[in-house]
Amino acid sequence: MSDTVIRNHEPNYLEYQGRYKGIFAWIFSTDHKRIGLLYLYSMLVLFSIAAILGLLMKIELIAPGKTIMDAQTYNSFFTLHGITMIFLIVVPGLPAVFGNFFLPLMIGAKDVAFPKLNLLSWWIYILGAAVALSAQFFGDGPPDTGWTFYAPYSFRTGTNMLPAVTGAFILGFSSIATGINFIVTMHRMRAPGMTWMKMPLFPWALYGTSWIQVLATPIVGVTLLMIVLERTMQIGFFDPALGGDPILYQHLFWIYSHPAVYIMILPAMGVISEIIPTFARKTIFGYKAIVVSTLAIAFVGYFVWGHHMFTSGMSGTALYTFSILTFLVAIPSAIKIFNWVATLHKASIDIQTPFLWALCFLFVFMIGGLSGMVLGALSANVHLHDTAFVVAHFHFIVFGGTGYAFFGALHYWYPKMFGRMYDKGWANIGLAVFFTGFNTLYLPMFYLGMIGMPRRYYDYVEEFHGPNIVSSFGAMLMIAGLVIIITNLVRSARKGEIAEADPWKGKTLEWTVASPPTLENFAEIPVVTKLPYDYE
Amino acid sequence: MNNSAHIDEHRDDEGAKTGMWIFIFTELLLFGGLFIVYSVYRYLNPAAFHLAAEELDTFIGTVNTVILLVSSMTIAMSISAIQYKNKKLTLLLMGITIFLALVFMVNKYFEWSGKIAHGIYPGSPTLMEASQGEILFFGLYYAMTGLHALHIVIGVAFIAYVMRMVVKDEVQHDNFTILENSGLYWHLVDLIWIFLFPLFYLIT
Amino acid sequence: MEKEQHTHIVKYKTYVIVLIALLFMTFASVAITSINLGPYTVAGALLLASIKCVLVLLIFMHLKFDNKFYGIMVASVFILLASVIFITFLDYLYR
Repeated sequence: MSDTVIRNHEPNYLEYQGRYKGIFAWIFSTDHKRIGLLYLYSMLVLFSIAAILGLLMKIELIAPGKTIMDAQTYNSFFTLHGITMIFLIVVPGLPAVFGNFFLPLMIGAKDVAFPKLNLLSWWIYILGAAVALSAQFFGDGPPDTGWTFYAPYSFRTGTNMLPAVTGAFILGFSSIATGINFIVTMHRMRAPGMTWMKMPLFPWALYGTSWIQVLATPIVGVTLLMIVLERTMQIGFFDPALGGDPILYQHLFWIYSHPAVYIMILPAMGVISEIIPTFARKTIFGYKAIVVSTLAIAFVGYFVWGHHMFTSGMSGTALYTFSILTFLVAIPSAIKIFNWVATLHKASIDIQTPFLWALCFLFVFMIGGLSGMVLGALSANVHLHDTAFVVAHFHFIVFGGTGYAFFGALHYWYPKMFGRMYDKGWANIGLAVFFTGFNTLYLPMFYLGMIGMPRRYYDYVEEFHGPNIVSSFGAMLMIAGLVIIITNLVRSARKGEIAEADPWKGKTLEWTVASPPTLENFAEIPVVTKLPYDYE
Repeated sequence: MNNSAHIDEHRDDEGAKTGMWIFIFTELLLFGGLFIVYSVYRYLNPAAFHLAAEELDTFIGTVNTVILLVSSMTIAMSISAIQYKNKKLTLLLMGITIFLALVFMVNKYFEWSGKIAHGIYPGSPTLMEASQGEILFFGLYYAMTGLHALHIVIGVAFIAYVMRMVVKDEVQHDNFTILENSGLYWHLVDLIWIFLFPLFYLIT
Repeated sequence: MEKEQHTHIVKYKTYVIVLIALLFMTFASVAITSINLGPYTVAGALLLASIKCVLVLLIFMHLKFDNKFYGIMVASVFILLASVIFITFLDYLYR
């Protein structure tokens, strides 16, 4: 099929000349593929900044006492690191980059349902990012509350909170616009013959994700608005002096922010569900079970927010309920792990870079998930709450889960996006360095948390010194790995070998079109008759 | 924009409506967050809420409810009118909707300025001396009716925009999804008010 | 699906009847809150508000005439919000 497209010699989406020239052909483009890349480039820039902040914090922690920065700088660093990583990279990451680029390709559509809204969502994203980051540069110093903006500190602190909170609020609209776009696209624009149960698993994951984006984001929107009102007008909702309840802020914040964790991880699971069957040359084991568990995670994930608040002073009844629900949500996640492993059973596996990323994902995601079970247990949580253990846990899930899936997806779909192949040798070396660094960085933090090192402190007692040195060394190694990986990818975008249309022998629709795809993706809308991973 | 004609021609009325509904859900949950806050603080301060609600004028509240309900009907009727190919009536009904919305806003203005003249607004010295429950009640009152008023303004702008399209015949009997969508948005504004009215004016 | 939706025209009369019902319920809720029924006052007002809400959704917002899928979505969203409020109250009721 790809041959016919190539023979037509239609310009691909990268070369296509529209009404605008130069950079305007990108920032005013409504082509879902170009918007996906706009998101990718914006995120790579922001990710580099936030990763360097993380590295600087680890360097600060290499020895007790002040090493390279004072306490207030450290506070503003972890706040900026958190805001950037969560609101600007991990939450929008996979849907905005790979969802935009590949959702239409995978379901046989020419674009998303509302291309202009799609472009608007990128502009809102840039606006939100600019507003949030502007907090660093003027006013009374950078925000120091952490990315969670907990009340009452968030409206008492003298630092420049308003832009940060407003920025996060604006970013919500971008997220909602993308969610609406994807849901309607999947409802209305699947290729003929592609019933819901013939849709590949990455779109399915995006479907679950989009619903959470649409239904949870408004809650945090209005909550952040309340913080703004609290700061500007003393409205009293979260101010104990005026009768407000700060714990209610935590409820409202986590009603969004826990589902947001599933906004991060569901598409990551979707990516893994694409990579594994492709390199196993085998249809995925238990397609329906994965679909059902995707929806189950999206649904149950909405009701577990309280496990972030076990030590806040909630009622006992609420504690038990949230703890039980938290354990329940682990079941569908475990089902997926079983399915992926079962897919590999007796498969003739082609070991390539994306597959290695997927394997590493399984490893770190297991550690992240199981440590989550430890934190979900009420008694253990009391001991581990707000310690380095929690930091290690969510980095294993958010960075280990979503981050690995992001780089896995980048290596998997790279030849389709740019029409060129990266240097596989350097990619594998980069992964090895990164993976070693990652584990050296975060594994000691589990131990540090258990022996009592709290999070968000720039200083610690001498007992914690040893593991912290290891951890900081791991951070440097991990950044070195990232540099290798990103340099290799950036370099190959111009100089890599020309890639064929289907370098991995994938079976989903995106591999049937040219690499890079033409503007309209499909010369003719395909008719789907088979299941997505049909290797028989 | 720089797409070929093919994608630009793409028109999916049902898809546009699905999108609008999903957007309405986000609006419902936006207010949902405030309803959670309201229900928690009402549960914690029943007596103070009761007392504070007596400050509000049930008469103005009832008038505004009637206004919104009637305007909701007129915008719904305008959709039938465009389907009957009656352009004049469509415009008339939409005009009435906008007019009623403006009357609602005028009422709201007098209501709010009356309160503010009595020194009741967030952070005011008078309110700071009142009980905590009353502070929260009026905080919620201003936040929720304020956000609702903002939605009225957006709704009026949306309907006015569609009216212009009707005038220019861009909206017609076989192509009126955007009119339906503006109607849906207006009904959402009405729906929220249906709950705000008893929660603020009728709990005395 | 598209055809069906676009050929259905709701009669003006239907809207007028619905409006009269809505207005009636508004005045009824004002009336019952002016007599003191204790805790049932608010419950009564909210019940009437819910009925009004359903009427607006079904007739004004055309859920009755549209694809069932919309109705299911709307119901799910309301159930979701109710569940969130319920779970939040597990904290406040037993604190």
